[in-house]
Amino acid sequence: MIVAERKRIPELLNIVRAHKKVLVLGCGTCVTVCLAGGEREVSIISSALRIASRLQGVDLTVEELTIERQCDNVFIEQAAEAVERNDAVLSLGCGAGVQAIAERYHNKPVYAGLDTTFIGILEEQGIWTEKCAACGACVLHEYGGVCPVTRCAKRMLNGPCGGSREDRCEVRPELPCAWQLIYTRLKEIGQVDRLRRVTPPKNWRRSLDGGQRLIVRQDHRI
Amino acid sequence: MKQDEFEPQVLAFCCHYCAYAAADLAGTMRIQYPPNVRIIRTPCTGRLETEFFIKAFENGADGVFVAGCLEGGCHFTSGNLYARRRTEYMREMLEELGLEKERLRMVNVSAAGGHLLADHITDMVETVRKLGPSPLNTNGCENKLETAS
Repeated sequence: MIVAERKRIPELLNIVRAHKKVLVLGCGTCVTVCLAGGEREVSIISSALRIASRLQGVDLTVEELTIERQCDNVFIEQAAEAVERNDAVLSLGCGAGVQAIAERYHNKPVYAGLDTTFIGILEEQGIWTEKCAACGACVLHEYGGVCPVTRCAKRMLNGPCGGSREDRCEVRPELPCAWQLIYTRLKEIGQVDRLRRVTPPKNWRRSLDGGQRLIVRQDHRI
Repeated sequence: MKQDEFEPQVLAFCCHYCAYAAADLAGTMRIQYPPNVRIIRTPCTGRLETEFFIKAFENGADGVFVAGCLEGGCHFTSGNLYARRRTEYMREMLEELGLEKERLRMVNVSAAGGHLLADHITDMVETVRKLGPSPLNTNGCENKLETAS
């Protein structure tokens, strides 16, 4: 899922202070699971904005709404009336949600209330970790299901770097060395021979290159 | 509102298994504590969400007081530990908003802590009294607490 963090309240207030009526719009999917932009966070951030605006003498009315998914037009339509009633939208969706809302309601300012951070998983209660960098050319099958692009600080495809200490990363010792994880995992599944192969340079053109990436499925086009 | 007329309004979330019983004990023992607190009994302080605290402040509470079981003594094992983390999270958020974090406090008392709870409440009320009324408390002098009859 997509993992995000809320921006700090003073920053949020600065973003919306030019408007009198603001809709704080939550999303019921990824950002609900990562406790950043679901119904509860909409309620907390709206209250926080009301308090901060009153303390600073800013005339601001905040309305709250959470829709199921901000990246899907079917659900975006459900926000139409609320968006119409307000001067601006503070979206607590991920970056995709913010842009989808802005594209649909082109005459309304739409602002991001969250910092979208990474694609990851809930490691344990209250801890989320990055697992995927969406590089566009997955190599997980070569590395026993441990991603060197995301989890190795040096993004080495032919590791290890030699700097790890007691299975810890030399760049960030609080993290495990990704290449230690790869070796252990390949050994467990009997594929350690894969490490004898030298992997050629990765094709980064499928990553953040040449602007927005696009996938077209003609078989699904109508 | 003049400072000397100000009577803080403090919302107190008290755990059913400890602080609420301690408040009851304080009453039975005829221990005096300021009448500025409005006690809400909760099944466990672990039931408290950060949302509850911010709504209380938004609606004009001058202070919010959370009283849970002693650490290690929670009836549900660890509810009071969760409440401690949520209280700390909200104290940081209060500073972000521009409110004093001292307006929110969590304490731990046992069911036998009638005196201790009364002391904690007195200290909390006096702390809030020194801070002055919450800027969000718009009721002004009319909000002055009626003395118990």
